[in-house]
Amino acid sequence: MKISYIVRRFLFLIFVVWTAATVLFFIPRLSRINPIRERFAEIQRSTGYAPRDLENIIKAFEIKFGLDKPLVEQYLDYMSSVLRGDLGVSLMRYPKTVVELISQALPWTVILLSVTTLLTFLIGTGIGALAGWPRSPGWVKGMVTPLMVLAAVPAYLLGLLLIYFIAFRAKLLPLSGAYTTSRFMGPELSIDFILDVSRHAILPALSLILASVGFWALGMRGMGVTVQGEDYVNFAEHKGLRQRRIFYWYYVRNAILPQVTALALAFGSIVSAGILVENLYGFPGIGSLLNAAILANDFFVIYGIGMITIIAVGVSMMLVDVLYPLLDPRIRYDRK
Amino acid sequence: MELSVSVQGAGRRPGRLTLALRYLRRNKSLAVGLALLAFLLIFSIGGSLLIDTSTRAYPLAAPSVQPPSAEYPLGTDKDGRDLLAVMVRGILLTGTVGLIAGSVGIVVGVVLGFLAGYYGGIIDSIIRWLTEVLITIPPLILQIIIASTIVDKNKVTIFTMAGVASILSWMGTARVVRSQVLTLRERTFVSVAKLSGMSNLEIIFKELMPNMLPYLAASFVGAVMGAIGATFGLEVLGLGPAREPTIGMTIRWAQFHSAIFNQWWWWVLWPCLALILIFASLSLINRGLDEIANPRVRRSE
Repeated sequence: MKISYIVRRFLFLIFVVWTAATVLFFIPRLSRINPIRERFAEIQRSTGYAPRDLENIIKAFEIKFGLDKPLVEQYLDYMSSVLRGDLGVSLMRYPKTVVELISQALPWTVILLSVTTLLTFLIGTGIGALAGWPRSPGWVKGMVTPLMVLAAVPAYLLGLLLIYFIAFRAKLLPLSGAYTTSRFMGPELSIDFILDVSRHAILPALSLILASVGFWALGMRGMGVTVQGEDYVNFAEHKGLRQRRIFYWYYVRNAILPQVTALALAFGSIVSAGILVENLYGFPGIGSLLNAAILANDFFVIYGIGMITIIAVGVSMMLVDVLYPLLDPRIRYDRK
Repeated sequence: MELSVSVQGAGRRPGRLTLALRYLRRNKSLAVGLALLAFLLIFSIGGSLLIDTSTRAYPLAAPSVQPPSAEYPLGTDKDGRDLLAVMVRGILLTGTVGLIAGSVGIVVGVVLGFLAGYYGGIIDSIIRWLTEVLITIPPLILQIIIASTIVDKNKVTIFTMAGVASILSWMGTARVVRSQVLTLRERTFVSVAKLSGMSNLEIIFKELMPNMLPYLAASFVGAVMGAIGATFGLEVLGLGPAREPTIGMTIRWAQFHSAIFNQWWWWVLWPCLALILIFASLSLINRGLDEIANPRVRRSE
């Protein structure tokens, strides 16, 4: 693989992220929404507090945040601060910055979602591989359709049903939160704490896994069916190789490639994938932060989360393209 | 459908309906999906004729939080909506949102896909770039940002929701159409049509479109599902039409009033069930259509 390809891919990534950031910048500004006025309106709605010289206060904040400048200047300011890793301040927890809030929430989301994404990939791919394998028992093959129907249902709904039946009726697992607040003051590094967090994470994880395992199973089965017709599989069979060897090294090894690509992309979207489920379980990740920001009209936090998700997706897309030739030697870029 | 005709072959040719039914017996996903869809349609359209949903599905139409009874078969919610009427109207509204956004998605997607695939060149590059950028932004995030610019939540209608969902409903179709056009374009029948003097538009509508029908149908169903899922997400986050009893809003209010902790299970269960049925039906139909479009899938059955 050529270095020039990586460079080109990287430039394209910057280009995509830049376009996306521009879209994110202009949508709210074209709608003539005033984040500061909306924040004060929300404060008045929820607490009944209305400052007397509201207009002056809004003006003062606009000058402070540079919202009074011409749009082009604001755009340049925004882009340069994004480049410096500065996403502005939060309006609901002022003077905390958006980056501070996001970096508090991000670890929760990343841990929950990376574990579930990996588990879903393993379970789904496993089921899919077996379902596409001609010698599997009928019930394994039959599993794909119900799993696929399940995959169409939003994880939020499955979560709601799990909360009701497992946490509320059967009282097997905690209803919400990430840890028992009466036992721990905050996150700490101890076996007890980790066990507690795991117990809280089981239901959110389960709803995410159930909701997407069918997607992986279907993809793997589809590829598996294709691979079976290939000459190298037939050849391996005629050579008299053991079934187990054909299954792992001829069938799975080749069918799994698109799955790995999809896995990398799924890792790129972990920031946004769990938003609704996190909300449902009051899990203190990005989803809950986003929900709080929506409720409090904290537009700067909303845009900041938007930026983070776009960067994550863009980076993972680039990694897929760059790493794919390593996984599949048949694919080469720029080879003459 | 072509397949069943060719299998039939010699002898007396049965009618179209018999053929369709015979095909459905083999394509079980399509059959079950269509049956579920028919049930939902009968429930919501028939229900709207039998009950006055324009009052009973809205607040203060019934006593607050009644469990299911003879008078209120599905119970009532905290604001005094009759949940049977809410379900009838909600399925209709949610379906409407999906249908509008799905239709916009398919039309825009087909036009862009054809432009990109058939004409190629700079048009193709622009459309591909636009698709790539929009695919990078997670749909929920973009929709949240658009929806959050509508400040007055009471002014949000189901058409606003359909509009927001439409914005991101065309990329899948555009991709599929583009790649299909690219493969079909090189076939002999297209060259023959060109040589016989057909115009580009004629070729697109008479030669290419019919060959892509199953793909188009599948991506239409996909776009409808995507739209319903996206609006559901927005509604759950409180960015939905506050005054309309869509399925998503019903779940939102149930959550808002902690229906589960108050043991008002009926308020949560029915909308969940309705949404699961909607998604199950659509995904089964989608899979059935996929089987028509992709014979390769069939081999493993």
